[in-house]
Amino acid sequence: MNDALHLHYFVDGDDFTRAGEASANVKKTLRQIGVSPDAIRRVAIVLYEGEINMVIHANGGVIDVDIAPDQITMVLKDTGKGIADIELAMKEGYSTAPEEVRSLGFGAGMGLSNMKKYSDEMKIESTVNVGTTVTMKVNLS
Amino acid sequence: MEFFHSVTLDKEKCKGCINCIKRCPTEAIRVRNKKAFIIPERCIDCGECIRVCPHHAKKATCDPLDVISQYEYAIALPAPALYGQFNNMDDIDILLRALIDFGFNEVYEVAKAAELVSAATRKMMREGNLKRPVISSACPAVTRLIRVRFPNLIEHVLPLNAPVELAARLSKEAAHKKTGIPMERIGAIFISPCAAKVTASKMPLGTEKSEVSAVVSINDIYPRLLSLMHLPDSEQDSLVQSGKIGVAWGTSSGEAAGLLNDSYLAADGIENVIRVLDDLEDERLNNLEFIELNACSGGCVGGVLTVENPYIAKAKLKRIVKYMPVSMNHIDHVPKEAVWDSNLEYAPVLTLDTDMHKALEKMSELEAIEADLPGLDCGSCGAPSCRALAEDVVRGAASPDDCIFKYKESIESLIRDIHRIEASIPPPFRTGEDEDASQ
Ligand SMILES: Nc1ncnc2c1ncn2[C@@H]1O[C@H](COP(=O)(O)OP(=O)(O)OP(=O)(O)O)[C@@H](O)[C@H]1O
Ligand code: SF4
Ligand SMILES: [Mg+2]
Repeated sequence: MNDALHLHYFVDGDDFTRAGEASANVKKTLRQIGVSPDAIRRVAIVLYEGEINMVIHANGGVIDVDIAPDQITMVLKDTGKGIADIELAMKEGYSTAPEEVRSLGFGAGMGLSNMKKYSDEMKIESTVNVGTTVTMKVNLS
Repeated sequence: MEFFHSVTLDKEKCKGCINCIKRCPTEAIRVRNKKAFIIPERCIDCGECIRVCPHHAKKATCDPLDVISQYEYAIALPAPALYGQFNNMDDIDILLRALIDFGFNEVYEVAKAAELVSAATRKMMREGNLKRPVISSACPAVTRLIRVRFPNLIEHVLPLNAPVELAARLSKEAAHKKTGIPMERIGAIFISPCAAKVTASKMPLGTEKSEVSAVVSINDIYPRLLSLMHLPDSEQDSLVQSGKIGVAWGTSSGEAAGLLNDSYLAADGIENVIRVLDDLEDERLNNLEFIELNACSGGCVGGVLTVENPYIAKAKLKRIVKYMPVSMNHIDHVPKEAVWDSNLEYAPVLTLDTDMHKALEKMSELEAIEADLPGLDCGSCGAPSCRALAEDVVRGAASPDDCIFKYKESIESLIRDIHRIEASIPPPFRTGEDEDASQ
């Protein structure tokens, strides 16, 4: 694990127009490293959904990405309002997204289920009014 | 005044039918001498007549593809609508690389400039001195429509250049700085979904001179790009410089969505646009911050120069932007290149007279003529409706007898007159009345 590459991003919760930039950067880096297109696609999807959630539902946060030869680990940590009922939030179609982002295509309530579907492992830890930490792993082999 | 219009008539193909006169939203077309005729000061280049003409006699004049060889440095300005024309294209880079392979020196996405316009609009709306609801100025057909038909709404129109104009200005300037090539030898060439944008580049509104050097059509370049599209090498840097907001401008409600403000209305298709403007003029629409209007159904993906069905193109765009950053362009000031440098002025081409008194007189005259017409709106006179013919008469451009029913009535009355005259031949010329005369 010592040849792991570590990427760190600060996600601004006040500027919605910047949402998705961290995942775009990770995608670019993975391309340059030569990660397989399928893994890039999965990382790009799950990280994007997680990053957007941090901006829409929490007030931004930090993203840490560890790239090891066999696995990519992503930790998204925010100090937002938290998720009271994780099981309910995971349900396809459940969404509390505000109206003004819906016209850009957000708020279908598909983010968390896609994160689960495209990652190899996912863990959500959340406390109401304290924050949420989502950890996801994508295997490279 | 000289008019340029991209929408023109191919006389050879025109059969003089009445399909186009009926569909024109500004009643700008008449049939004269068996051919359609477009009244230049009324045409807004929306392209409706191109869509409806069964003989393909209406066309949009654009620049040929080889126009790029006229410039030492050619910049492609692809419209966001272009991204929605291709099958299974998940990566915009494939398209942008194809434009380079086609021969452009550089690509500057109109979607990038659109994000700047979105940011500038958000800022101007926040700072609040725009009259609400703000009406989008991005569709030149709509801006022209407002100018000729909705003078009361002019002050609602967003005083910003359309993204393509901003793209042309910023990209030429940057290319000039980078290469040292004089501005006039740098070409900013728009790949356009519509005729209205061609006209806007030759006769802009809101600005004295457009920096868009030439306009080629999506359907001309489309087949050439198809053969040049392939997956880019992974080492190559991405050319994509826009996100969700910019690309969404290609479809209806995309511009509005980029304002991140949900009190907006987006209407598309010229008939719907007119309905919304009528309602707005009559103050039937309240509490709206922004109104986005696109002359074409579905937005620019429905432009007359596109290839794909607009609703399919819309679905493709939605898929392309799915995992794109919200925006890739951020500014906290309104770029000076984005702001209009001249006012939008009312063009009273639809009023009967510039003098109110005369106009009133003409209006009563018009009403009287119309009341006398059959009200069938059949179009056989070459005008779109009986009222339009009455208007043409008042303007001195037609006669009530142009109505075939009026013409028939005139002939009939002429025949009656002949019979009457025949019946009242003076006695010296009468024949067969000898007995009567001898009594
Ligand atoms: N980081 C977070 N902090 C607080 N609440 C969250 C967070 N992530 C998700 N949620 C809650 O879980 C719900 C479901 O999230 P999910 O990503 O599945 O859907 P969505 O974001 O509402 O819509 P979509 O992702 O399809 O655009 C959200 O609406 C929100 O209430
Ligand atoms: S909606 Fe778009 S494509 Fe149609 S006329 Fe307006 S600018 Fe052109
Ligand atoms: Mg989500």
